[in-house]
This record gives sequence, structure tokens and C-alpha cells, in this order.
Amino acid sequence: MEVRVPPRRRGTELALIVVAVLLSVYGYCDVGLARTGSVPPGAAGYGAGLGVLALLAHLAVRLRAPYADPLLLPIAVLLNGLGLVLIYRLDLETPGDRAAPTQLVWSTIGVGLCVAVVVLLRDHRLLRRYAYLSVVAALVLMIVPIFFPAVNGARIWIRVGGFSIQPGEFAKILFAVFFASYLAANRTALATTGRTLGRFVQLPTGRVLGPVVAIWLLSVGVLVLERDLGTSLLFFGLFVVLLYVATGRTGWIAVGLLLAAAGAYAVGSLEPHVHSRVADWLHPFASIEAGRGPNQLAQSLFAFAAGGLLGTGLGLGHSILIGFAAKSDFILATAGEELGLAGLAAIFLLYALLVERGYRAGLALRDPFGRLLAVGLASIVALQVFVIAGGVTGLIPLTGMAMPFLAQGGSSVVTNWIIVALLIRLSDSARAHAPAGTESAGAQPQQEASP
Amino acid sequence: MTRYIRHAAAFCLLLLVALLVNATRVQVFDAEKYDDNPANRRRAIERFAEPRGDILVDGRPVTGSKDTGEQLRHERTYTNGPLYAPVTGFASQVYGTTFLEHAEDSVLSGTDPMLAPLPLWHDLTRSRSPGGDVVTTVRAAVQRAAHAGLDGKKGAVAALEPATGRILALVSTPSYDPERLSGTSRSVTDSWARLNGDPDKPMLNRALRQTYPPGSTFKVVTAAAALDSGEITDLDAPTRSPDPYTLPGTSTRLSNEVTGCTDASLRYAFRWSCNTVFAKLGADTGLDALVETAGKFGFNDPGIKVPSSVAASTFDTSMDRAQLALSAIGQYDTRATPLQMAMVAAAVANGGFVKAPHLVERTTTGSGTTVDSTATRTLHQAMGPGTALRLRELMTEVVEEGTGTNAAIPGVTVGGKTGTAQHGLGNSGTPYAWFISWAQKPGDGEPSVAVAVVVEDAAAARADISGGGSAAPIARAVMEAALSG
Repeated sequence: MEVRVPPRRRGTELALIVVAVLLSVYGYCDVGLARTGSVPPGAAGYGAGLGVLALLAHLAVRLRAPYADPLLLPIAVLLNGLGLVLIYRLDLETPGDRAAPTQLVWSTIGVGLCVAVVVLLRDHRLLRRYAYLSVVAALVLMIVPIFFPAVNGARIWIRVGGFSIQPGEFAKILFAVFFASYLAANRTALATTGRTLGRFVQLPTGRVLGPVVAIWLLSVGVLVLERDLGTSLLFFGLFVVLLYVATGRTGWIAVGLLLAAAGAYAVGSLEPHVHSRVADWLHPFASIEAGRGPNQLAQSLFAFAAGGLLGTGLGLGHSILIGFAAKSDFILATAGEELGLAGLAAIFLLYALLVERGYRAGLALRDPFGRLLAVGLASIVALQVFVIAGGVTGLIPLTGMAMPFLAQGGSSVVTNWIIVALLIRLSDSARAHAPAGTESAGAQPQQEASP
Repeated sequence: MTRYIRHAAAFCLLLLVALLVNATRVQVFDAEKYDDNPANRRRAIERFAEPRGDILVDGRPVTGSKDTGEQLRHERTYTNGPLYAPVTGFASQVYGTTFLEHAEDSVLSGTDPMLAPLPLWHDLTRSRSPGGDVVTTVRAAVQRAAHAGLDGKKGAVAALEPATGRILALVSTPSYDPERLSGTSRSVTDSWARLNGDPDKPMLNRALRQTYPPGSTFKVVTAAAALDSGEITDLDAPTRSPDPYTLPGTSTRLSNEVTGCTDASLRYAFRWSCNTVFAKLGADTGLDALVETAGKFGFNDPGIKVPSSVAASTFDTSMDRAQLALSAIGQYDTRATPLQMAMVAAAVANGGFVKAPHLVERTTTGSGTTVDSTATRTLHQAMGPGTALRLRELMTEVVEEGTGTNAAIPGVTVGGKTGTAQHGLGNSGTPYAWFISWAQKPGDGEPSVAVAVVVEDAAAARADISGGGSAAPIARAVMEAALSG
């Protein structure tokens, strides 16, 4: 059999990055043109900044992960660029509170960390060694905000001076690493030992399942205490998906859903904060009928509806009516209003593509840890998008969560860049070692069976 | 594991599909419902995003727009607001619109599809044209004369061009400045509260929306009915009316302010406003004839729009003979707006034809291209031409040597009818002074202006209040202004 060098496709990546940067600059200019009739003065600087960042990341990938999936980086650049445009656009409505410059700084840090991960982490399997360190660090990160004052009802920030980070964002990568590592090591035991309950559910021994359930329960408990429902939902989903992928037991999904339903019901009826969110979801216009004016969800729905099929055009919507979280949790409403369903669908597809590329890396990888990690990271993106996008469009109850790359929030941008970096690393190993022509083939049963 | 990864991927795909389906629901299928929600500020923001078109009097705008840079961006300004308030109404960020600002809102705000050069494209893109202008039929000089004539007294004036129905003046006093209701500031809500709490009701458009007992001015209608029905054939024949006249079926006796009404002719009774003669004439002519004639003048029509909607003037359709007799002299339940009584005068002046009154000459795009113009339209023929001619004669005599001499203009043919309407419990209120008239310049084939004036509380001793004393001079000033144009 002839040995072929697998395609690297770095040229494709570069071309797509150029397109992504140009699209973002176009959006930036579009906002200025719509609002003042002239190209905003910062357009060149903004384009150059984004371009340099993207190019740096590209160079790092070209040198250190030459086989990486060529779509990951351009998608991240485009989403981040679009996010900056949307935040800049909303900044025009709040002259006293400019968030775009800060977001650009955070994006720079994020790209820097992305480059660092790509350059320094030569092999993703290295992370397995730090599984337990990860989980301890994650728990510490999550517990620390309890000692800081609540912001808008949630204790999820660490504030030092004017500087604030949301440690829970970083914790999700650490948890993904831990879950992937633990499940990769114990999946046989999880899948085959223990007692059988009915046909589908097979309870593994407490020794195997115990630690992971305990840690998971602890983290969810902490999140509920901190009122960070979005993240607790995310952890839950992540856990169930990885457990299913690792063991292949449909029963886990059933158990997971049952637990989720029970938990959601308990929290929803006991916790006033959550209770009101559920009530808002069921009756988004109740506050209007009560004469208190529209709440944020109603405003968000108004914004989406105002956008219609094609949107009002960048800079021409009124999503700022949503109020204080317009730039963060509700950023998607601005996209929906000004870019319309067409733009929104495009954004969803970009995320979907990002997730799909993560899954593809998972399929192509041979080591179970890598596979689970890729699936876990991709699922984090997918679940985040679903939880927040579903929340602001009224599909599910609203839980505070950042739209990856789009929303204002430093911790979120940085975390998502790290996720992209890890996916680049994972896809590089997947594609570099895959037999030529079968990039996405996943038929390596031997390696898979013995972790 | 591969299989399960694929399953998980399929699950993610499912989530994506759910998001897309739901987004489609919100943005396409339910969009209209959300757009129409009154709590959705977008409509209001859009509405005030562009400067509003103007309302023009004599070709000059009496409105304007001020860019505040705020969310509801453009505020309405008014030049001479109190003078034109009964015409323009207000356009408020908080309290909506009234009168022409309301009736022509789609033109002024630019949403009227007619304003767009390509209406279909406009519909498709939901784009907005610049606001159009509304050219009114009002003449500034007539409006000013009417406003000055009322001189702060409570009352109203409506002036028409009889042949066309064009409204030359529409005045209501006391008035208010609609500009005080523009904007979103605290002072707007304060003004609103103050204006609404004012016992003089400055925001009430008395010319269009307030009905008054028309008193003796209604005798024009009664006379028209009597002449048209053949009840009276000779203006100079005695009417066999007693003085005092006992209302049929009652012991109530009706008397007159003047002498000589016993068995007076219609000519005499009209000139001196004999209540007894007209009450009996009404009862004799009969309910059906009076109802029919009143209806042709415009009474009992709730659908009159100029295009601001006009309160319906009323003439009861089922009454006993005593009530009918009182109604025939403009009392009992008979009520009329000043515009309605101007229409009565105009019908006499215009050979019996009642033209649809209108305030809007035409609407134009912001750049002046005509979008729509109001055509002259006949509402009804209120009486035969012969009857109109005879009533014109009677009305002229009122001004020449009757109760309405205060309205006389040298060298001009003026016809009029006074009215002093009792109201209140047991007629305790200060009577309303009415005067309706028309004027014809020498050499003109027909009268060019018809006026109705009502003064609610002429600040005079009660006995002195009469249409001839308080209202006729105002009508004269208005007619002079109209004729000198």
C-alpha cells in the first residue's frame, strides 16, 4: 500500500481566516455607515488588530499543528470578530459604558493562550496526567466566588479592583479533562460491572461510579448555591453525554434525564430565582399584562421578531431596549434583530460546524481519552449555544450563560479560545495519524478496547 | 465508541434543529404578534425616528419638528399652537395623536404606502418614506379673526365655503398649546394633568366635538321643513299662532321676548325670532318632515369626518307634539355642533345643497408632489332651491332690520340668524349665544362664506346675552376676514 502524506490544508485555513477578518471589518464599517454615514475611524485599527491576532494563531497552527482541521480557527476568528462588532454596535447606545475595547483585550489574551496551548501542548495525552489536579483546581475555582459579593443575583465572579473573572468558565475545561480521563480509564468497568436493573440500566459498583458522581454532585450543588444555573446545566449535560459515549448505555441517558427532571423540578419550585425564570419562560408577557412593562425575555423576543427574515441591518435595531445584559447574555438578540433569521441561522451553522469538527476529531482519534475529550469540548460548545440561544429565544427557561465568542465577557472568550486550541491540538493528532484518505474513519476497535 | 459518538453528534444536531425551528417561529411566524405588542417600544421609536411632515395653513407650516436626539427622537413643535389646536390637535410621544395629527397620521408619519414611489416594494421592505405634508383649507386670516373675536370667552367658531364645504376656520376657546404635550419629559405629564383638570376644558374641541342646544338658529331648519313640506306657502301669510302658545297636550305656555308674534307671518317671526310661531310650526309640520329635513342638513349622522371625526348633532326621532314643538325652536333634546350649524347656514347660501365639510385640501409627499386631494362632494340636498332662495331672503332681513343687525357689513349681502339657547336644570345655566350667517360680496353669484359662532358664557348680564349681541359681531369679523381674502 502506498503511503501518502495526509493533506495539511493550511492554505485553506489562511484563506478562510482572511475572509473571516474581512467579514468582521465589513460588519464594523457597516455599523458606522448605518449610524453616522461614515466609516468608523477605528476600522483600520480594528481590522489590523483582528488580522494580526488571527495570523499569529494561524502561524502557531502552521508550525506546531500542521494537520489540524482548517475550519476551527477561521470559525473562531469570525465568531469573535462578529462578537466584537456586535458589542461595538451596542456600545454606541451606551456612551458611558464601552465594552468593546475591553473585549478586544480579552480576545487578545484568549488568542495568546490559544497560541500558547498549541505551541506548548505537544500531545493531548499529557493532560491525562493532570486529571485529578484539574478537578481539584476546578472545584477551588468554583468555590472561591462564594466569598465574593453577588453580582445581579449570582455569585460567580471574582473581583479584584476593577478586574473581574468568572472562574466557572475555566472550570468547565478542567471538568471536561477530568471526566474524559476518568471515564476513559473506567469505562469498561462502568459498562460491564455491577448489578443490572431492568434491561437497560446497569448500575456499576459504587467504587467506580462513586467518585465521579460525588464530584459532579458537588459541582452542581455549588453552582446552584451560586445561582449559576446555566453552568450547572452545562455540567450535567456534559457528564451525561460523556458517560453515554464512554459506556454506550442508553440507560444512562434515561437516568440522566430523570435526574435532570427531578433536579429541575426541585430547584424550580424551591429556588425563587429559578422559579421566576421558569415563570418568565412560561408567560413571557405576564409582566406586561400586570402593567410592569416587558421583562428582558419579552424584550428579547421583541428584538428577534423585529429582525424578521433579513434583519434591520447592523446598527439599525433597538435591541438595547433589553437593558443591562444586552451585551452579554442577550447578545444573540442583537444578531437576531439586525441580521435577521438569515444571519442567526448562519451563526448557528458556524457553531454547528465548530461542534461537528470537534466530533470529527473525536471520531478520528484512537485513544479513548482524546476521543472523549474532543467530544466533551465540542459538547460544551454545543450545550452552551443551546442553553443560551434556547433561553433568549424562549425555547427553554433562561439561564445566564455566555454565547461562545459573541458575548461580552473576558473569561468566556478566553475559555473558548482554549477550547478551540485543544480542538486544534486534538484534530492535529487525529488527522496526522489517520491513514490518508480516511480522515474521519473511526474503525479502530483494537485500540479502543484497551485504554 | 464510534457509534455512540455519532449518536451524541446526532443529539447535538437535534438541538441545533430545535434552535432553528424556534428561531423561525419567533422571527417569522409569531413576529407580527410580537411587533404589535403595545409594550414593544419599536413602533414608537420608528414613529419618531424621522421628522414628521407638516400641516400647512395658507401654504405655510403651522407645525414643525425638533430633533432631541433621544430615543423617541423628533418632537412636534407648533407655531401659534393655541390658535390652530382645534385644527391640528396634538402629536405626543406619550399621549398619541388627535384631530388632523390623528386623521392624517399615516401621511404625516410617512407610513402611508401612497407616499412611496413604489408601494409594493415599500410593502415588501417595510421601509418608511419621509413624512408627507397636509395642506389644509383653513385660511389664517379667518382663523385669526375668529380667535380674536372670541377673545378668551368660552366658545367656538366654524366657517365654511358654502359651495365647496372647505373649512376656512375652526376655532375653540379657551385653547391650549399642543407643543406642551410633545416629548417625554416630566413637564409633558404635568401639562396633561393640568389640561385635563382644567374646568374650562381647553383641550375640548368645541367646534367639532361639543354639541350645544342650537336655540333659535335651528329655526332655519324648521322653516326649511315647513316650506319644503308645503306647510307654509306664503312668507307673508298669517300663521294663526297664539302668543303665548300652549304646548300641545300640556299646560306649559311658551312666550316670546318680542312683541307682535301673535298670528305673525313667517317673515316677521323669522326676523324677530318668535318662539311661539316656530314651535307651532314645528308641531304642525310634523315629526317626519322635521326629522327628514334635519337629517338632510347632517343631524343624526355620526359618520361625519372632516377628516377628524365630528360629534353627531342630534334631533330626536320619536317625540310627542310638545317635545317636537320645543325641538323646532332648538330646545328639548336638539343639539348641534358649531360645524353643523355652519353647514345649515351654508346650505341656505348654496341653494339647498350641503357640501361635505373638509379641512384637508390635499396631501403631498415631503417634496410637494400631491398624493391625494379632497374632492368637493355633496352630502345631501337639504331643501329645494326655491326654499333656499326664500330662506336667504329671510336671513338677509334678520341682518338688515331684525335681531342680527350687529352682523351687517356695509356693501355686502349678509344673511343671519340669532339664537339664544337655554340650558341647564330649569334653564339655570348662562344661555349660549349663537349666530349663524353667510355673506356674499357684491358681484359674486353666491355667498362665499358661512359661519357659526357660539359663545358659552358671554361675560354679560344674563338678560343681555343674545346671539345678536355677543355672537353676531364675531361672525361679522370672521366674514369680513373671509371676504377680504
